[in-house]
Amino acid sequence: MTPALKTTDLTRSFDIGKRLFGPPRARVHAVNPMSFEVPTGETLGIVGESGCGKSTLARMLVGLLPPTSGQIEIEGRALDRADPAAFGRLIQYVFQDPVSSLNPRKTIRQIIEAPLRNLHGMHGPALDARIAELFDAVNLRPEFLSRYPHEFSGGQAQRIGIARALAASPRILILDEPVSALDVSVQAQVLNLLAELKVKLNLTYLFISHDLAVVEAVSDRIAVLYFGSLVESGPAEKVFATPRHPYTKLLADSAPVVGRPLGGAQSGELPDPLNPPLGCAFATRCPRASDLCKRAIPELRVVEGDQFAACHHPLAP
Amino acid sequence: MSLFLRLLFRNKLAGFGAVVLGLIVVLALLTPILPLHPPNETNTANRFLRPLSDGHLLGTDHLGRDLLSRLMWGTRLSLAVGFAAALVAGLLGATIGVIAGYFGGRTDNVTMRGIDMLMAFPYILLALAIVAVLGPGLFNALVAVAVVNIPFFARNIRGVTVGIAHREFIDAARLAGMGNTRILLTEVVPNIVPVVVIAMSTTIGWMILETAGLSFLGLGSQPPQADLGSMLGEARAALITAPHTSIVPGVMILLIVMSVNLLGDGIRDALDPRLRSGALSRPMAATRVKRAEAPAPKGDGLLRIDALETQFHVGPRIYRAVNRVSLQLDPGECLGLIGESGSGKSVTALSVMGLVASPPGVITGGAIRLNGQDLIGAPYELLRSLRGRKVAYIFQDPLSTLHPLYRIGDQLIEAIRVHEPVSHAEAHRRAIKLLEDVRIPNAAQRARAYPHEMSGGMRQRVGIAMALANDPEIIIADEPTTALDVTVQAQILALLDDLRRSRGLAILFITHDFGVVAQLCDRVAVMYGGRIVEAGPTPKVLAAPAHPYTKRLIACVPELGAGRRALAAIPGLPPAVDDLPPGCAFAPRCEKARDSCRAGEIALDGDARQVRCLFPEVTP
Amino acid sequence: MGGYILKRLISAIPVLLGITVIVFLIMAMIPGDPATAILGSYATPENVERLNRQLGLDEPLWKQYFIWLGNLLQGDFGRSFALNRPVLDEILDRFSATLILAGTAFVLCAVLGVAAGVISAARQYGLADKAITFVVILGISVPSFFLGMMMILLFAVQLRWLPASGMYSIWGGGGLVDLIRHLTMPALALAVVATGVVARLSRGAMLEVLRQDFIRTARAKGVHERRVIRGHALRAAMVSIIPVLGIQAGFVLSGAVYIEMVFQWPGVGRMLVDAILKRDILLVQGGVVFVAACYVGFNIVVDVAQAWLDPRIKT
Ligand SMILES: Nc1ncnc2c1ncn2[C@@H]1O[C@H](COP(=O)(O)OP(=O)(O)OP(=O)(O)O)[C@@H](O)[C@H]1O
Ligand code: SF4
Ligand code: SF4
Ligand SMILES: [Mg+2]
Repeated sequence: MTPALKTTDLTRSFDIGKRLFGPPRARVHAVNPMSFEVPTGETLGIVGESGCGKSTLARMLVGLLPPTSGQIEIEGRALDRADPAAFGRLIQYVFQDPVSSLNPRKTIRQIIEAPLRNLHGMHGPALDARIAELFDAVNLRPEFLSRYPHEFSGGQAQRIGIARALAASPRILILDEPVSALDVSVQAQVLNLLAELKVKLNLTYLFISHDLAVVEAVSDRIAVLYFGSLVESGPAEKVFATPRHPYTKLLADSAPVVGRPLGGAQSGELPDPLNPPLGCAFATRCPRASDLCKRAIPELRVVEGDQFAACHHPLAP
Repeated sequence: MSLFLRLLFRNKLAGFGAVVLGLIVVLALLTPILPLHPPNETNTANRFLRPLSDGHLLGTDHLGRDLLSRLMWGTRLSLAVGFAAALVAGLLGATIGVIAGYFGGRTDNVTMRGIDMLMAFPYILLALAIVAVLGPGLFNALVAVAVVNIPFFARNIRGVTVGIAHREFIDAARLAGMGNTRILLTEVVPNIVPVVVIAMSTTIGWMILETAGLSFLGLGSQPPQADLGSMLGEARAALITAPHTSIVPGVMILLIVMSVNLLGDGIRDALDPRLRSGALSRPMAATRVKRAEAPAPKGDGLLRIDALETQFHVGPRIYRAVNRVSLQLDPGECLGLIGESGSGKSVTALSVMGLVASPPGVITGGAIRLNGQDLIGAPYELLRSLRGRKVAYIFQDPLSTLHPLYRIGDQLIEAIRVHEPVSHAEAHRRAIKLLEDVRIPNAAQRARAYPHEMSGGMRQRVGIAMALANDPEIIIADEPTTALDVTVQAQILALLDDLRRSRGLAILFITHDFGVVAQLCDRVAVMYGGRIVEAGPTPKVLAAPAHPYTKRLIACVPELGAGRRALAAIPGLPPAVDDLPPGCAFAPRCEKARDSCRAGEIALDGDARQVRCLFPEVTP
Repeated sequence: MGGYILKRLISAIPVLLGITVIVFLIMAMIPGDPATAILGSYATPENVERLNRQLGLDEPLWKQYFIWLGNLLQGDFGRSFALNRPVLDEILDRFSATLILAGTAFVLCAVLGVAAGVISAARQYGLADKAITFVVILGISVPSFFLGMMMILLFAVQLRWLPASGMYSIWGGGGLVDLIRHLTMPALALAVVATGVVARLSRGAMLEVLRQDFIRTARAKGVHERRVIRGHALRAAMVSIIPVLGIQAGFVLSGAVYIEMVFQWPGVGRMLVDAILKRDILLVQGGVVFVAACYVGFNIVVDVAQAWLDPRIKT
């Protein structure tokens, strides 16, 4: 079966200090060659710390940012030109900050209409019916349609954002930290809504977050990013329970959990992106680092069964 | 619209400006039908008549022309030219700015270099050069003034556009299949319009002055036609003998420009959302206190907060951010304060040392006793001497809480020297020691760094070092790790835990993360809607929460290691603190709520284990 | 720092070239025969002929530009037909007078404006704030030339405290005291508007900064309020005030044109206006390029000051 989403060696680098003429002063590799697949109906969770390339990856996947190299395939079709309109019918994006993702000068109806009109050429009664259906799907009352975004709380605004994404009838949703800006008690409402919609509409999700617990709770599989590279991937229940990559283990140990003493307090920081290390990017912080690690970049490969890690000396379970 | 007008006229000066300007504009419009002398009718026999002469209310000028009539016609001209120049400059400048800002990249680069080039001229030079080419004349002066002002508009609007072009709703519009033109017209421009209106309304006055200026120099309107500027220019020769010929047009310019400026300021204040909410007010050195009387002291303890009430008075609204909160902190103890956003955690913490921004904050009741001494309403000098010395703070975002322009070493040195008169060298030595204590490698060298040169974790270590500078008894840490990544958070928490044990610090630790509370705090208090709803020893509260809110909050937060599952969400929203229901604030979301819950005040019951609920989950 | 200054100096070269291009193009747009325009309508055919050759006016436009630029770089700004002397000599004579006037006014507006803004912000809504706001509104609304005229009426005509015009007294003039007596009124009149603008923006910048988190940090450390305002807040506010000062310098220089007219100050502004009215093109061209170049230089100083103040810029 063709996967819903497939990337092959997807990369993106940014030029720093652009000049009017001539080459840029420096180049930062935000996403190193990255290949993965998401089967239809699955949720792939993506975790990583700030600056590890999560949002860059997400923006490439929806066509907002052209990749430097590599390919994106959605349901077997290659999307080789960064064109949000072409992507839009297949894959949509839910933003982190729900309020700033809604134009403050448009009514909710105008916001929801846009994808329906532009991507599906809908109008008249069909349009109204579809809007009503969407609003119902995200549990919002129809009288909200004539209001402006600032009248809504974060949780409601995020539902509107989800309704807008669904309006395009996409096959895949990219959820970029969809609940980080919400109150804890509202987070669960939105997460549950997303789970419900996924089943109902047979969607595929890419769920990006820095919150390990949230990712673990919603994902089928999890991919861990570090410094622009995929360092580990595997089934959700195994990745943090039996991490194979030392970085994943550090992450899992660092997360504060009730009933566990403070842990994971390991020194060290991210490498300088302008001056990346030769070998494994985690080597300066890794307790298992060897000479090999400092020389050669580890490739992502099977460690055991369905667990993959990019490490020369992966951990035993 | 009506809201706009109401906001506009809230500002009395703007109203005054609007009235004066309105009057002048109406008179200018009516000029052709008013019974005035023809403005250019000369009568050399009646030169320089003083004001209030027969038939000439304002007197006459050097050619015996009626000043009142010339004034009215001149005003008409000046107003028209000023507005036209502002309109042209504003529209052209805004168009350039929007296009450069939206498309960015090379378009932006080239356009802005050009704009910079134009702005490299002191602007009158450009105007003079343009008039030199086109020749003197009112229309040419208008063109010159409009052209030289385009760069200012373009630059301003470009900045705003860049900000908007990077907002997420633009991306969303792209994904909704809109093209660049559609996005520009329907997403960007509507958001720019208020800025353009503000920019124009605050510069029209300036444009009127400028065109008048060129006419004054003889480069604008040519005789016999006169605008206000050229009237002044012609009158200058007779300044000493017939001052009224100068004063009349001069005062008119002053009146017009002043009323335009007042009105422009009013429009700006009414359109700018930040100014509208009155947010641009300066927080005072200490929070305002308006307290009837202090509650009687109860018991002791290092820090005792008794029935603290802190409110925000914004216009007619009262936000009860902290509502009769009582807390106690003993020496060497770590007390966790947990709650959702807006529940009043930070305001409680900031009230202790009078750091709540005021206006709009006011402490309206309660007592805060440090070693028995009440701090509410204490003189500023006392508060100041305690701040940082007895009670120190660590704030959330270490990038915005450190001064961006001072080296971190200097910030530490300052923290030491405000309370202790030690030499600079001694303070420097201690600062390095502090940096070492918080495990910053290479401390001596790092002391010379600026905050932006450090990573988030390092900055927060500096924040902690600064809090430790004077060996305080209490540290109030307001979500010190929320802005950090998990691995860095773990490092900082471990550091705080170490320091507290080795130095015997008492910590008030604010967070919204139960995991953190469990790992760090001896006791925990839960806040909801500005009140403490539950408090007690951490393990007990977490294991058997007594308040329904605590219980359900714990249940709806996923926990690492529990695997994939549906979460038990709490329906509804946290309450707005400007509109709290009577009785239990959680009642609208509580499954167990009954009428009695909504009837009236519910007390915080219990001793070591307290809960504010009529039907607690467990009996504490 | 040295590196930054060098970088900034180098980046000024294209700006200077751009200025010459703009001025050249504007002047090239003058309708009619340029040589006649430059020499005035009474020029003899021989003179026109000579000038045509000298400026390469029969060459294509871009060549003319380079001939003109080459002359400029050698310090040859051409000859003013109206004054019959080299343009550069005239400019240099006049520019020193303008520099004294505008420089004084600029220092006044910077010092008074920032001080007023800080006081105003520190006592927001207090009496001092209201008084300053009122004066500021008046200041930015009054035309400087009108203000100058009223000052002459009051201080020179009515009170006879100060001389009404000129830079030095014609008889027995010279010397610093004489200069200051002549300078006081024009410098004040010129400074008023700019002071208003600076005060306004400084107040806004201070209010903006005072709400920032790092001010709360300073207070939480126990730093005295006086130092919070004059140290922490003012320093941070200067980051947005300094560019305003740079722009205001341009406005002061611009305003100097009016003030020089009103007070008969023998500066470059009056020279330019006279030159325009007499259509003395080379003098206008040279004067504009010269003053603009000086302003570019001043802006470099402003940028360097900014970089020195704000360590975040240099990266
Ligand atoms: N400057 C202010 N003006 C008006 N209201 C304010 C202001 N600051 C805080 N409030 C109000 O006080 C209430 C409590 O805010 P507070 O910052 O203490 O919440 P918090 O619990 O610290 O939230 P968070 O988790 O987001 O930090 C909020 O509902 C807010 O509306
Ligand atoms: S490759 Fe080496 S340094 Fe990198 S994570 Fe694995 S063991 Fe550690
Ligand atoms: S008092 Fe009533 S409404 Fe409030 S939490 Fe307890 S049971 Fe629920
Ligand atoms: Mg807070």
